[in-house]
Amino acid sequence: MSATSPSESTTTGTLDDPTPGVDTTDTDGILLRVRNLHTHFGTSHGIFSRGDKKVVKAVNDVSFDLKQGDIFGLVGESGSGKTTLGRSILGLAPVTDGAVWWRGQNLAELSERRFRPLRRQMGMVFQDPNASLNPAMTIVQGVGHPLRIHGLASSRAEVRTKVAAMLERCGLTPAERYLDSYPEDVSGGQKQRVVIARTLITEPELVVADEPVAALDMSIRAKVLELMLDLKDELGLTYVYITHDLTSGRFVCDQIGIMYLGELVEWGDAAAIYDDPQHPYTDALLGAVPLPDPSRKGREKNLPSGEIPDALNPPSGCQFHPRCPRAFEPCGWEGDDLVDFLEQRWTEVDAGTFEKEIGATGPLTAVRTSRHEARFTAGHNPDLLALIEGLRASEQHRIFAGVSDITTEGGDVVVRFGEGPAPALQQVEGRMVACHLHGIVRRPGE
Amino acid sequence: MTEATPVLSVRDLRVAYGTPTGMLHAVDGVSIDVAAGESLGLVGESGCGKSTMGKALMQLLPPGAEMSGSVKLQGEELVGINPRALRKVRGEDMALVFQEPMTRLDPLMRVSDHFVEAIRAHRPGTKKDEARAMAREALMQMGIPPTRADNYPHEFSGGMRQRIMIALGIVMRPYLVIADEPTTALDVIVEAQILDLLDRLRREEDLGLILITHNLGIVAETCDRVAVMYAGRIVEVGPVEEVFTDPKHPYTQGLLRSVISVDTEELASIDGFPPNLLDPPTGCRFAPRCDQRFEPCTTVDPSLTPVSDATRAACLLYPGAETGTDATHEMAR
Repeated sequence: MSATSPSESTTTGTLDDPTPGVDTTDTDGILLRVRNLHTHFGTSHGIFSRGDKKVVKAVNDVSFDLKQGDIFGLVGESGSGKTTLGRSILGLAPVTDGAVWWRGQNLAELSERRFRPLRRQMGMVFQDPNASLNPAMTIVQGVGHPLRIHGLASSRAEVRTKVAAMLERCGLTPAERYLDSYPEDVSGGQKQRVVIARTLITEPELVVADEPVAALDMSIRAKVLELMLDLKDELGLTYVYITHDLTSGRFVCDQIGIMYLGELVEWGDAAAIYDDPQHPYTDALLGAVPLPDPSRKGREKNLPSGEIPDALNPPSGCQFHPRCPRAFEPCGWEGDDLVDFLEQRWTEVDAGTFEKEIGATGPLTAVRTSRHEARFTAGHNPDLLALIEGLRASEQHRIFAGVSDITTEGGDVVVRFGEGPAPALQQVEGRMVACHLHGIVRRPGE
Repeated sequence: MTEATPVLSVRDLRVAYGTPTGMLHAVDGVSIDVAAGESLGLVGESGCGKSTMGKALMQLLPPGAEMSGSVKLQGEELVGINPRALRKVRGEDMALVFQEPMTRLDPLMRVSDHFVEAIRAHRPGTKKDEARAMAREALMQMGIPPTRADNYPHEFSGGMRQRIMIALGIVMRPYLVIADEPTTALDVIVEAQILDLLDRLRREEDLGLILITHNLGIVAETCDRVAVMYAGRIVEVGPVEEVFTDPKHPYTQGLLRSVISVDTEELASIDGFPPNLLDPPTGCRFAPRCDQRFEPCTTVDPSLTPVSDATRAACLLYPGAETGTDATHEMAR
């Protein structure tokens, strides 16, 4: 399937930086250094739980650098962990492991009490302006609130002056018209400007903006993005821009990180990634974006199949492999993939073939699956072995590249799968990519 | 372009909601045709009346809404027919696919039972096995494995649920499907999958498709024609290729400029807000925001006028737009 000849190797440090843990922020223009960050959530032991505690790896072993003055775009589908990553950086989500280096301090290890004074240097803009403003506070109260919390203004008059100046800076002129209104009195676009003003009033250096324009009408999205870009230049801000929408990423971002199921699969220079994506997932995301240009209607899109999988039960190996149009032998094929393949196949064959094949496999709910095998336990059926052998011989699906063995065992038909290590980030064409197509690089400790 | 009777033919459709401060004309004199196998994109900002339009075609407006005009499906007038006949048309001849699939499926019913119920409502006496077979076929056409037909809605992902909704919409083989922001709640890859599916469906089944969306990229990729709505009216309608490459109405021009795409090199937007429909401005409703406004725009109300062989725009920049409301009664083709 692939022409690459994978060379096996193991690396210890995935990023070309000095030993992880040594903080070099400030010396090389890097404002924030994220290293092996993990944020895992355990499912609760409620009265309905069945005892086995499962873990959602919302952010799993993420490392990247944020250069001072850059806009770093975190892009991914819903459930990819991009919002959790943004919140973890700011200490708003509990970090399980790893480090966030900021001016010689590891934010992930700070107590809430020691973190709080730093918070004024970092701000967050949330997606829905309607939900992020207190409807009972006037705009001057809401925007001025952080000043009071951080003790940055000594009198009410000073708060008012500072808020008025910031509102005007955010395009709400004359500020007098807005100061004493309530959030419900202004439009959606203006509300988001108010939210931005509140974020910037403490003069932060880093702003994490979580889908800042997704809830706005398209005719005003550009306006708000423009404001954010202007403010960045005027105030010397650094942004983490979280979005599911790739369209704005190219124009807005300097660096971009593509997330999938809690992991960064590709990160580097935005223009390079848009022009020449190296991870099949990035390629798929870019191809799927609808273009407002009818002349490019009907272009080849190479859409991956299916949807983002259940985070409680993620695929093994490369997490994208079940959907990947270029997946091959080492990508982590497992028992569940075979079940999914059969189900998918049955939407495409005629009713007779379906009846015949499900007669041979028995109900798929009775198939016992694991990382290493799929075991058909519905009693011995001579047709089943022939069916699977036949599918394998005719190369019906990429999954068969990963099948090592098909046997019968005491009446069960067992399909076994070969090894499939999870890919580590490696340097490809000037950016970091986690994909076996560029040579098999295992993660340390695997 | 005069062909056989269009699947859908709408003339001077008006919808008004009663509010404490007066009547709000959400749709105000819309005329449009949709041919078999054709897909029409209905675009505009929020509040322009595009969703109301979709609901009005199905006559699913909330109580208190007033509707007038003419809606003909396969030549049959639907406005004013008795509720019984209307119920038969809905679902059987035309179907609506909503934005949020989870809220439209009954969490306590197996997916297959949704189909059995719908099929039996339209064809009483259909045997259960027969209805199930129809369900299975419609689901398979939408890429849902037949082994999953008896699962409950919560056992499916968002994209699968939207596939189920579309399968439910097409199981009676309607002439027309109205999809109201069918992919807004979905991720970009799943969105592309669903749009592919809708596109294939209308070709294979020769369906008329109305796609209501705010996303111009979706229109460019899946529609044959586009109607741009502003403040309850169609301001420009024509083939997608033409409208996107050479938009005539200043609003369409502004909308296309404000689209952020991977090719964007400069940000643009339209100043101001859509008008309050309780008290719309006299003359052209877009005039207060228009950068090409001239003298008569604030007094003369423009109507759709041909600006090329296939495109019509309601703007006084083009001769013929000032002739009053008569033109809106003509074919909006």
